This record gives sequence, C-alpha cells and structure tokens, in this order.
Amino acid sequence: MDSKRRDFLKIAGLTAIAGIAAPSAFNSLLKGEAVASEAAAVGAHGAAAPTGKRWGMVIDVKKFTENPGLAEKCVSTCHTVHNVPDFGNKKDEIKWIWVDSFKHVFPDDSSQYKKPEALDSLPILTLCNHCDNPPCVRACPTQATFKSKDGIVGMDYHRCIGCRFCMAACPYGARSFNWRDPRGKDASGQPFIKAENPKFPTRMRGVVEKCNFCTERLAIGQIPACVEVAAQSKALVFGDLNDPNSEISQVLKTTFTIQRKPSAGTHPSLFYII
Amino acid sequence: MIEKALKGSTGYWVWMLFLLSIMGVGGLCYVQQFNYGLGITGMSRDVTWGVYISQFTFLVGVAAGGLMLVLPYYIHNYKAFGRIVILGEFMAIAAIAMCLMFIIADLGQPMRAMNVLLHPTPHSMLFWDMIVLNGYLVLNVLCGWVVLQSEYKGIKYPKWIKPFIYLSIPWAISIHTVTAFLYCGLPGRHFWLTAILAPRFLASAFAAGPSLLMVIAMILKKTTKFDVGREAQDKLVTIIGYAAMLNFFFLGCEFFVAYYSQIPGHMHTLDYLFWGLGHGDEVYNNLVPFMRASVVMGLAGIALIFVSRAKQSDGLLVVSCLLIFIAFWIDKGLGLVLGGFVPNMLDQVTEYYPSAQELGITAAIWATGFFILSILYKVAISVKLEKEA
Repeated sequence: MDSKRRDFLKIAGLTAIAGIAAPSAFNSLLKGEAVASEAAAVGAHGAAAPTGKRWGMVIDVKKFTENPGLAEKCVSTCHTVHNVPDFGNKKDEIKWIWVDSFKHVFPDDSSQYKKPEALDSLPILTLCNHCDNPPCVRACPTQATFKSKDGIVGMDYHRCIGCRFCMAACPYGARSFNWRDPRGKDASGQPFIKAENPKFPTRMRGVVEKCNFCTERLAIGQIPACVEVAAQSKALVFGDLNDPNSEISQVLKTTFTIQRKPSAGTHPSLFYII
Repeated sequence: MIEKALKGSTGYWVWMLFLLSIMGVGGLCYVQQFNYGLGITGMSRDVTWGVYISQFTFLVGVAAGGLMLVLPYYIHNYKAFGRIVILGEFMAIAAIAMCLMFIIADLGQPMRAMNVLLHPTPHSMLFWDMIVLNGYLVLNVLCGWVVLQSEYKGIKYPKWIKPFIYLSIPWAISIHTVTAFLYCGLPGRHFWLTAILAPRFLASAFAAGPSLLMVIAMILKKTTKFDVGREAQDKLVTIIGYAAMLNFFFLGCEFFVAYYSQIPGHMHTLDYLFWGLGHGDEVYNNLVPFMRASVVMGLAGIALIFVSRAKQSDGLLVVSCLLIFIAFWIDKGLGLVLGGFVPNMLDQVTEYYPSAQELGITAAIWATGFFILSILYKVAISVKLEKEA
C-alpha cells in the first residue's frame, strides 16, 4: 500500500470515529447535567444513574435508640449471612457493618457547644457508603473493586491482589483486609466463621472485603439482610433513589438527613437521620 | 564484563556472604508470611501499610537521586562527574529492585501481581507507578550497561543510547511524582493531601540519594583505588546541601499551613509525629523521638556538609552525609507513610509496631539491594580501574 493511500485511510478512519463519537459524547455531557438537576430535586447530593434502579439507604438513628439491641442484631445478622469471620482481636478485625459513636462517624462535626449529651451514646450503624464517586474504585489497580450501574460498589475477591490501596483511599474506614485465613480455626479449634452460610462464598487470605449492599439478595428480589432485621421498626429505609415514589425518595423529600464527610466529594448513598 | 564480580578480595567475599546470610534469614521470614498471611506483620485494619510501603516510598527517592549525576554530566557536559555517574545509574537499579521487592512483600496475594497488567487501569495511580518504576529500571540497566561496556571495549558509547539517557532524566522525576500521587490524591487523608508532596519527595530524594552515593564513594576511596575526584565531591556537597535545605523549607510550609489555618485534620498527624497526639485519656507519640531526631540530624547534616567542604575533610563529609541520609530515611521511610494512618478515618488512633518477621523481611530486601549494588559496583570499578591502569 503506498503511503498516500494509507494516510488517506487513516484520516478517513479517524474522521469516521470522531463523527460517531462526538454527538454521543455531547449527548452524554447533556445527560449528565440533566441527571445532576434531577438528583438535586430528590435530595441526593450528586449525580445518580439516569435510569434503572439506584439503591440508597436511610438510617434513622432515633428508631435505633427506641429499639435497644436492634443495631447489634443488624450487625450480627449481616456477619452471619456473609460469613464474616471473628478473630477475636482488633488487629485482624473484619467488619462489614458496625455500631460506632457520633463523634467517630461524623468526626468533622465541630459544633463545640449546644450538643445534646446523649449524642455520643447513640447507636450509629456504620457501613460502606456506596459512593457515587468512590475513591476506592479510583485507587484499585485491577478493577477488583468497581461500581455498578445500580450504585453498588462491589468487590471481586478473585481478582484482588491485596495491595490495600482501596483501604488507604476510603474516607470512611469501611474496608477490611483478610490478614489471615478466615476459613481457619483458632488455637482452641474454634472456626473463625462460627456457622458457615453455604449460600454465600467465604473469602481467602490476603484479599479486601466490605459491605456489598446484599447484591446477592437483591438479585433474587430480597431486601438487604440488615434492612430485613429492622423492617418492623422502619429504622432502615432501603430503596430506589431514581424512583420518585419510592419510600426512600419520600423520606428524603420530607426529612432532613445528613451524610458522612460531604466535603470529600464522594456523594454517599447513605443518609442519616440523627 | 559480569565475570569481574566473580573475582575479589577476601573482604569482598565476606561482605557478600554477610549479605547472603541476612537474605537467608529474611527469606525464612517470608516463607512464614507467605504461609500465614500478612497478619504476621504489625499492620492492622487501621494502619494498613507499614514498613514495606514506607521503605518502598523512600527507595523510589534513592533511585530518583541518580538524576543529580546524570543531568549535569550528560546535559551540561560536566566532566567532573565522569567517574561517578555510573555509580548513580547502578544505584538506581538496586533501589528500584528493592522497591519492587517491597511491593511484592506487601501484597496479600503476591501470586496475582500480574493482574495489574492483565487488567490495566489507567485511573489507578498504582498502575502508573508500575509503568514508571519498571520503565526506569529498564532505562538504567540499558544506559548504565551500554555506556560501561563501551568503556570496557575502549570505545565511545554508541549514538543510539543518547535518546535513552535523555529520556531517563524526566523519567527520574516521574517515578517520584507518581509515587507521591499514590498518597496526595486520596480524599480524607489530610496529612498526604498536599500539593507539595511531590516536590517534597523530590527534594528529599535529591539529598538522600546522592548522600548514600557519597558515603559509598568514600568507602570505595578507602578500600579500593577508585576515587571519584575532589571536584565531583565538592559539587555533590552543593547539590546535597541545597536539596536538603529545600526539603526543610517544604516541611516548614506544611507546618505553617497546618498550624496557622488551625484546621484539625491538618494538625492531627503533625501533632502525632512531632508532639504526641492527645486522644481521650491517652497521648500517642511512638514516632515523636524519631521525627525530632530526623529534624535535628537533618539540620546538623546540612551545616556539617558545608563545613566538611571548607575543611576538605572526608571524615566529616561521611558523617554529614550519613546524618542527612538517616534524617530523610526517618522522615519518609517511617513518618510519612505511618503518620498518614493516624488518626484513622473515624478519628480513632491505632499505633503500629512492626513484627520481628516484618523487620527480618525488610532487612533481607535491603540486603538484596546491597547485594545487587555490590555486584554492579564491583563490575563498574574493575572496568574503570583496568582502563586507567
């Protein structure tokens, strides 16, 4: 092929690609804008998936205070369902969801005076925020952690190389690492996973894990395990942020909620009623 | 040419055996870690990176430090560096080799390391770090070896190597910039989230790398006939001195921003590193003695290095270079990475203490680096001395 002809083909090819790509790029820009304003209307803090399900959760801390022990039950149920091991020490600890105090969950809240004394004894459920703009996904060198269209930030335990870059990147401390074999036993022969749930995979040593918003349950039409535990009290409202008629959208429209570290620009999918 | 590494004095063999024994002990520690998992280290859910990643970060600087020799020699045609430039290139090779070993040692699933290539992810800084580090390794092996081989054959190095030498100059900047970007692009880690992190890394690199080189050059001067020359020595003093001063200037900028703005997140880690962080009823300060020593040693090193030149004292030069090297090793090889995890994202404090196995593996990787360095330097110096004889 002579060089002139090759150059012509190159240019023609590039023009064709540009012709196809430019309008769609322009459209997606416009779409992004439309979504941002729509999201603002339903009270979310950032751009959301334009169509389809977009999962979110409201955590009503007041209801957890009214139902003592409920938060702990959510935690234990989640950890049982997902085969989260218990090593019995803080150093190796793995947790998907846990109860923490206000000053730790919202460390940037600096109002020095006029704080109700009870604030720090509130049982505040803490879990992965399933950010719209997740720093962990940006940091991961293998795409072992990824964001799905439905807003869920997931993990591929078979691809993770265990570099723990995502743990450095997460502004919420939501991620845990398998420092040792979670399928093993302690010195007295007790397995770290007390009762294994055969419906969910156990993990191996050397990979990161975290809350998956119960993708595996959503896939078969069930609600997340913690939400199911709290169903009666409605302490956890889980639903589709894209559906203006969903319960969660109604709650967000009518109630003042706060989010963790909004200044980090991560746009969490979790909302707190304190 | 490599056969030069197989002939040496008793001292040379004792040194190599000493390194091999450390490598052996560390190797056994690594077998333990491989079988048990990273839980064998002192790292935890809160402090997820320990000495491995902090050594890696520091050694990227040592590798980049070679730039301070390559640039004057090849760009500005500064002839006095003729004998020392190869030492800089070969030091970069050993340092990058250590960096790669530290990364592998830190992986939870080292067998999956190639996933970074199988699933290339341009939005991850670790992906770019892999590219620049391996690229820099290749460039230095290529440039160092080709130039030395030409000298061995008694000819001028081939023209085609020049573009690679020129490329290695911005590449040296890139390795430390991208390594800084691993840290300074993370929202929520206030201590790392600073735009002068990359410049600070480079300043400390340009002081620490040449300092180590100078110490080794002085040892070689004592033990072999190889002398880098007075002019090269004096010029390096200027480079090390100013780079070290720049590093302290940047550190001062960090202090100003944190303590003048009074933003709690910006002050916390500096409090932890330099004064002790009061948290609840406890004060956490396990790194304070190290960090304070780092500042004192660094400043003393800067003062002494200029005195050593004025007095033309090699002994003082070695002392001042060691002071600067250790000061920046503490600053970056300890404080920078570990400090970033205190307090954690929920404003809680967990302190980190490395385990014995972790230190064994760390020592073994350093020993491997010096093993590689010794072989390369043995070859380079044998060739140089042979040609001059």
